[in-house]
Amino acid sequence: MAKVIGLTGDHAIAYAAKQCDVDVVAAYPITPQTIIVERFSDYVANGEVKTEYVCVESEHSAMSACVGASTTGARVFTATSSQGLALMHEILYIASSLRCPIVMAVVNRALSAPINIHCDHSDMMGSRDCGWIQLYSENAQEAYDLTIQAFKIAEDPEILLPVTVNLDGFIISHCMEGVNVISDEEVRKFLPPRKAVYKLDPANPITIGALCFTDYYFEIKFQQEDVMKKVPAKVKEVGEEFGKITGRSYGLIETFGLEDAEVAVMCLGSTAGTARVVADKLRKSGKPVGVIKVRLYRPFPTQEIVEAVKGLKALTVLDRVATSGAPSGPLCSDVKTALYAETEKPLITNVIYGLGGRDISPENLEDIFNDALRTADVGRVDRPIKYVGVRE
Amino acid sequence: MCSGCAAPIIVRQALKSIRGPTVVVNATGCLEVATTIYPYTSWRVPWIHVAFENAAAVASGIEAAFKALTKRGCLKEKIDIIAFGGDGGTFDIGIQALSGALERGHDFVYICYDNEAYMNTGIQRSGSTPHGAATTTSPAGTVIPGKPEWKKDIVGIAAAHGIEFVATASPAYWSDYIAKVRRAIEVDGPAFIHVIQPCILGWRFNSNEAIKIARLAVQTRFFPIYHVEKGQYKLDIKIPKPLPVEEYLKPQGRFRHLFTPEFKGEIEKIQAWVDANWARICQLAGEKI
Ligand SMILES: Cc1ncc(C[n+]2csc(CCOP(=O)(O)OP(=O)(O)O)c2C)c(N)n1
Repeated sequence: MAKVIGLTGDHAIAYAAKQCDVDVVAAYPITPQTIIVERFSDYVANGEVKTEYVCVESEHSAMSACVGASTTGARVFTATSSQGLALMHEILYIASSLRCPIVMAVVNRALSAPINIHCDHSDMMGSRDCGWIQLYSENAQEAYDLTIQAFKIAEDPEILLPVTVNLDGFIISHCMEGVNVISDEEVRKFLPPRKAVYKLDPANPITIGALCFTDYYFEIKFQQEDVMKKVPAKVKEVGEEFGKITGRSYGLIETFGLEDAEVAVMCLGSTAGTARVVADKLRKSGKPVGVIKVRLYRPFPTQEIVEAVKGLKALTVLDRVATSGAPSGPLCSDVKTALYAETEKPLITNVIYGLGGRDISPENLEDIFNDALRTADVGRVDRPIKYVGVRE
Repeated sequence: MCSGCAAPIIVRQALKSIRGPTVVVNATGCLEVATTIYPYTSWRVPWIHVAFENAAAVASGIEAAFKALTKRGCLKEKIDIIAFGGDGGTFDIGIQALSGALERGHDFVYICYDNEAYMNTGIQRSGSTPHGAATTTSPAGTVIPGKPEWKKDIVGIAAAHGIEFVATASPAYWSDYIAKVRRAIEVDGPAFIHVIQPCILGWRFNSNEAIKIARLAVQTRFFPIYHVEKGQYKLDIKIPKPLPVEEYLKPQGRFRHLFTPEFKGEIEKIQAWVDANWARICQLAGEKI
């Protein structure tokens, strides 16, 4: 039966992983992910799970152990952040290319230097092309819900790809919310034990991770591209099935007020909540604004976004990441690429904000909406990239 | 593999002593690149390669998963795990993952096949390359005679983790080696075996001489054969009448420059290192030198 309990985002993730009855967790602590591994250690210490918890000596080994464990057919979970994700970088590609359905919570945090423990998306964006499915959550509830869905998506025999569940460091990871949790039995019914076909099995020996020269490598990479094409439908299917149990259905993106909006902002993660509140207020004063939250970031939901922005005059894409020297932030670049071939498309501006945990206030967002309205009014982009919240 | 390479011999000898279902983990290196060129494979046991620095971490994950699956009743039999890594993947880049796995006590056997350089990338020096050996990053020049540093004591490092069984071996002394692999498998927890692997390309000797060189390494006391069980050192192959180290160095092109007049003193230094190392191990093993 569903019940509401007070959980931080991190605790909600640990709770979900426990309910998903994972076989192996291999993780290394890093703020603001630490609570996840600590809570999970409690479950292990108290015999609440059957999980083997490998307290590895680095994130590189965490992901390596996860790959090893996953190739035996086990259900595997880990979590990291920032420098830890960067240290895993090499093995992230191996996990996806060896088709290991590992689920990893990434508690988004800025990258060094200067060292900073607070939220931005530089960590995940630095690994955005690693072949993982990437989901972003807006709050602890979504972090919980998406973790359970992530295993089902990852382990689907049609998919077999690793999934990250991203949550904003501190903003979600450390804030306590009332989280609707479902019962262990409901989770078990939704997510039966993993059944792996290809695995390290002495009765049926296979070679995993062979050397591939020019004669085969490209085809194998192409297969990875091919399976990515199946992912959006699977994410939607799993999100809807989850909705049948919980009343909380999930799609690839989530929109607010778009039916009659002339301008919109688009973002990932917790900022969507603030944006919605501000948009609601502006709409009440007659301003035609809307919000697009991107939940599935990889594979990029091109079709949904093309549909969503139809009829908009201006769109402002928010990127919480430092991508030094790039023409725009990654989300904005992706949106522009997705819309390139469309004959009618909104004027697009990019806002870089919130680096290293810098707050994005309702006032900031109001300014951003008003800027977008001005862009729509004048009918051209004067400033393609704006830094909001920084002392220039 | 190159014709005459000792690595396949080392693997084949090791796999003669397995006791049941076994999974092999391989670090990136000669052994990996030469035995699994897709879509072919030389392995008839489940085999996995993930990367260069993490064979021990991958083995840790596999071992943990087997434990979890056994607890769940999904796995009925005990599956042994053997990890193979070269000296680069063991002495250098992989030492952190190896140390972590040994410290955590995962039940697996780690076999380091030691060809004393990064052979599959073109013979660059490693922490295992012996003093005086010429490699492409420690070349013998007019001023510097090959690698200035001495070989790292990997056995001491592994043993310092307090694991139950650590050993050295040479494919020339195959029955000693096979027995050690079997012992290592039977140990409950991690075990580490360091095997010398003469490399025809990097060491520059004739392709029919790998085993001869592996034997000379032992007979000159350059590579002592011993093991450490529960902290207790034991010398397994006594060499009462050692050959001078020159006999080992001479057939190898990588040491050729040491025989020129200007570097002659280096051989004496190497002999002194060999003698001191032998004395150290004898003392640890409670043997007379
Ligand atoms: C790659 C990476 N992983 C994790 C962290 C998080 N982290 C920062 S300090 C620290 C622990 C430091 O412990 P120790 O070296 O014993 O120093 P102490 O804090 O005890 O003085 C960790 C895990 C990090 N900064 N970078």
